[in-house]
Amino acid sequence: MEFTLLIPALPLLCFLFLGLAGHKLCPRAAGLVGTLSMALSTALAWATACIYFFATPHAGGYEQIVPMATDWLCFSQRLVISVGVLLDPISVMMLVVITTVSLMVHIYSLGYMEGERGFQRYYAFLSLFSFSMLGLVVAPNIFQMYIFWELVGVSSYLLIGFYYTKPSAVAASKKAFIVTRFADLGFLVGILVLSYYTGTFDLGALTADKGSLVIASTAGASFMGLSVASWAMALIFMGGAGKSAMFPLHIWLPDAMEGPTPVSALIHAATMVVAGVYLVARLFPVYVFAAPDVLQMIGYIGAFTALFAAVIAVTQTDIKRVLAFSTISQIAYMMTALGVSGYGAQEGPGYMASMFHLFTHAFFKALLFLGAGAVIHAVHSNEMAEMGSLRKYMPVTNIVFLIACLAIAGIPPFSGFFSKDEILAAAFEHDKLLFGVLWVVAGLTAFYMFRLYYNIFWGRERQYHHKPHEASWMMLAPLVVLAVLTCVTGFIPFADFVSSDGAPLHTHIEWPIALSGIAVALVGIFAATLLYRRGGDLPDRIAARLGGFYRATSRKFYMDELWMFVTKKIIFRLISTPIAWFDKHVIDGTMDAIGLSAHRSSSAIKGLQSGKVQFYAWIFVVGALVIAIWQLFF
Amino acid sequence: MDFSGFLLMRQEVALTAAMLALLLYDIFGPASWRQHLRLVATVAMAAVVAVGFLPATTGEAFGGCYVASEMTALMKNILTVATLFVFLQIGGWLRAGERAHREGEFYYITTATLLGMELMVSAGNFMMLYVGVELASLPLACLAAYDKYRNKSAEAGAKYILFSALSSGVMMFGLSYLYGAVGTLYFSDVSAVVSPTPLALLGFVFFFAGLAFKISLVPFHLWTADVYEGAPTGVTAYLSVASKAAGCFVLLFTLYFVFGRIEGIWYAMLWALSVATIVIGNLFALRQKDIKRFFAFSSISQAGYIMLGVMGGTAQGMASTVYFILVYLFSNMAAFGVIAAVEGCSGRTDIAAFDGLRRSNPRLAFVMMLALFSLAGIPPFAGFFSKFFIFAAAAARGEYVLVFIALVNTVVSLYYYLLIVKAMFINEAEGEGLGRIRTDNYNRLSLVLCTAAIIGVGIVSAIYGYVGDMSAGVALK
Repeated sequence: MEFTLLIPALPLLCFLFLGLAGHKLCPRAAGLVGTLSMALSTALAWATACIYFFATPHAGGYEQIVPMATDWLCFSQRLVISVGVLLDPISVMMLVVITTVSLMVHIYSLGYMEGERGFQRYYAFLSLFSFSMLGLVVAPNIFQMYIFWELVGVSSYLLIGFYYTKPSAVAASKKAFIVTRFADLGFLVGILVLSYYTGTFDLGALTADKGSLVIASTAGASFMGLSVASWAMALIFMGGAGKSAMFPLHIWLPDAMEGPTPVSALIHAATMVVAGVYLVARLFPVYVFAAPDVLQMIGYIGAFTALFAAVIAVTQTDIKRVLAFSTISQIAYMMTALGVSGYGAQEGPGYMASMFHLFTHAFFKALLFLGAGAVIHAVHSNEMAEMGSLRKYMPVTNIVFLIACLAIAGIPPFSGFFSKDEILAAAFEHDKLLFGVLWVVAGLTAFYMFRLYYNIFWGRERQYHHKPHEASWMMLAPLVVLAVLTCVTGFIPFADFVSSDGAPLHTHIEWPIALSGIAVALVGIFAATLLYRRGGDLPDRIAARLGGFYRATSRKFYMDELWMFVTKKIIFRLISTPIAWFDKHVIDGTMDAIGLSAHRSSSAIKGLQSGKVQFYAWIFVVGALVIAIWQLFF
Repeated sequence: MDFSGFLLMRQEVALTAAMLALLLYDIFGPASWRQHLRLVATVAMAAVVAVGFLPATTGEAFGGCYVASEMTALMKNILTVATLFVFLQIGGWLRAGERAHREGEFYYITTATLLGMELMVSAGNFMMLYVGVELASLPLACLAAYDKYRNKSAEAGAKYILFSALSSGVMMFGLSYLYGAVGTLYFSDVSAVVSPTPLALLGFVFFFAGLAFKISLVPFHLWTADVYEGAPTGVTAYLSVASKAAGCFVLLFTLYFVFGRIEGIWYAMLWALSVATIVIGNLFALRQKDIKRFFAFSSISQAGYIMLGVMGGTAQGMASTVYFILVYLFSNMAAFGVIAAVEGCSGRTDIAAFDGLRRSNPRLAFVMMLALFSLAGIPPFAGFFSKFFIFAAAAARGEYVLVFIALVNTVVSLYYYLLIVKAMFINEAEGEGLGRIRTDNYNRLSLVLCTAAIIGVGIVSAIYGYVGDMSAGVALK
């Protein structure tokens, strides 16, 4: 299985090639190079999945395989940073998801980004991102994961700020980078705490045997009333919460929609934003056994974020922002599922459900974003107010978008139904309150998705400057592929492949819960149909009646303002200003003093270098004698 | 007769063969062969490098006068690689003007000095070491004066020969005292009986002074700037890398293997000299206007950093020293390759000649920038890692004050290295500036290799691991 190294290596080579020589190629050739290398990676990822799941003998469940790893830095005998590839059910699944969605985005971008300035740069960055994301998921070592985690952050920054002449895009890229970087600080501290106690970075060693290494090495150690294991895992989760846009670190994701739409589909819907979920799943045994309190907290944060984001999504008018909040809400769904899961066959359906939802969500959310991209391409606007009745002009987009909406709303037989049902069932088993929240969110999801759908494709006829037209085949083909995947992925017997302990699970559809889920989704869809299909002014009247609550929701509950207050008024004024003074006067002053004294003494001794060889010889002999006298008498 | 001793000396034998072959080729070959001399010399040197990387046999020869270990093989490889780079870079210059008819001289004189350096590294006896030092020094004076019709080059040659005569005299004087004190010149015997008697100490100090001349430690460094400035650029590169590296290697061996028992005596001396070397080198580098003179002082301060690793004393110290020299080799050779290219085009070696280099020759400016960043120790380039390991080795011995002084000096050095980057990237060239420089393929190859090494050597941790394994194999003390 050594060839799995090629899956991340190919995009890296492609990035280096396009980054160094891309400007010499014509744009189309650069795009094709990127797409072909991604296609190759995708084929290898699928081959890996087939070999791993079907052709490799596994005794009693799927084990972790490390096909290759080399030691990169050895701090001590035990504390070693190695670089390599780790295969287990979730990393193989992620390889398939990332390469497939990335390939679709590569193909789609050939049409979407046609004629843009910096087309080659765009493909170089896409390759860089794919490389980083693939390196992240195959990391056998938490430090490698951290390195690629940061690389992912950088490539996300570069792609959000792709239109760097637009001030809003620059601001959004900075915001995304700073917020996630702030969260990563927690991640890094968590890693250091964990490795300080356990003496290893190796993920296999950390998670082996129900996290017993962590439990044994941190036993008895606590800080401020919380055990060290809980501190470490909570700090690590902070990094995951930043990347996965959990409340209150979610504020960067809606702004990140300033990037090109295919980038939003790849990074901010299907792959990077689920890295936090993946991180918790990767360290799942440690969470369950060493820090169950943190896992419970993750469940509650997830449920709150899911509800919070779903409410905001109802009031947004920018179609990409609706999708962004929907993404936050769905990722929070996955987090909640992990929070309500236990370990092993009986307790662990939440883990499986979370990974299942991650898998199906990646395809239908990418489809939604790419469909939205096709719409934006046609009407040159993100605002719902400037759309309507597009079903007449864009029949294919209309159908695939509808499929995706049904999937995310949880209507059978589309994939979202199956995974969402597993999550609801797991939550029902574990915690009735969380189940209630998720159930309401399911209804809200159906409502705001169909609000979006009707506003785009139905509603009032608009006056368009240019008649909207269906997208080119290069953009439609990925849409159709993703729509097919959305229809079929629900039928994969996912529990046979992925479970918390590697042994196959036996699950079946819990019909009472499934029916209640379908019912609440139908209510949501029905309400949306009533309100938005004809495009009357009823929604505006309701909004007016809601008054303050509506305004607060549409302003995203003033979270941005709150963060700005905290950073500007508190951090900048009370902490940064004194530090800046210290930096300017004390540190810079010291440096200036070093420089000044260096210059002064330099001109004071310049006479030594006189150029006279007699003088040089004299100094040589005197120097030797002085040293001799020193050695002899002192 | 037992020939196995010669097998141990495979690097020296290969080098001697290369030298004789070049000499015969140059003297007896038909005139039409002359035009291929550069290629032949380069290939011969590359072959010597390749021989050095063959699996080594280790042991002693000639009754302990000559010692070969895996570490000496690695050190000699570093020296031969440096020489190969010099050959690659200087070939174009050798062919220009009146120098063309004596091109061959350069190659075999250089090879002779390299032979001397290899003997220095492998010496197991002070007489052998002395012969090596002489063989490495005297022909170098010819090289410094190679451009004999230029006054500065002649001056450099004269100063170098005077100074090396003085220093080898002092060294011989010291060795005679040492022999008087311990009655033997074999390293292993001296190390067993040496004790801090006045006679032995005097012998040690004068021996050390002679060696410090090669490394240009303060206060034995004064020749450096004048010779570096006057000598042909390729020879300056050779002096600053190979000659200095050979001296450092010998110092590593002699201090720990031969004088290890009196470490308490010389440790404080080395401490003071390394601080003085770093500080003085930096202070003079600040005010230089000529790039070769600038690199003379830069190399002096770098030698001070090398002494930090030497003082580390453990296997880690030895590994970090050798690794530092390896990285220094690539960084300095990259810089001198660019200097040679600029000088070849404009005939100037003042720093102002580099104004606006980015605009006229972006690639050369890029290589120069990487080399300077690496010398200054900016991550992620190799120089950062080598400095880090050196500091770590010194800190492991508890020398925090020394490391602090070295760190402060790193800040100063950053300033003057960045002055050149500023000249290349920010200053505008006067008048038309340089045109597009066409470097020849040989020099281009050397620059590409150096650039790859500057970027790669730090990242590929296996290289440091390899050096570490070599030095762990050498028992210290």
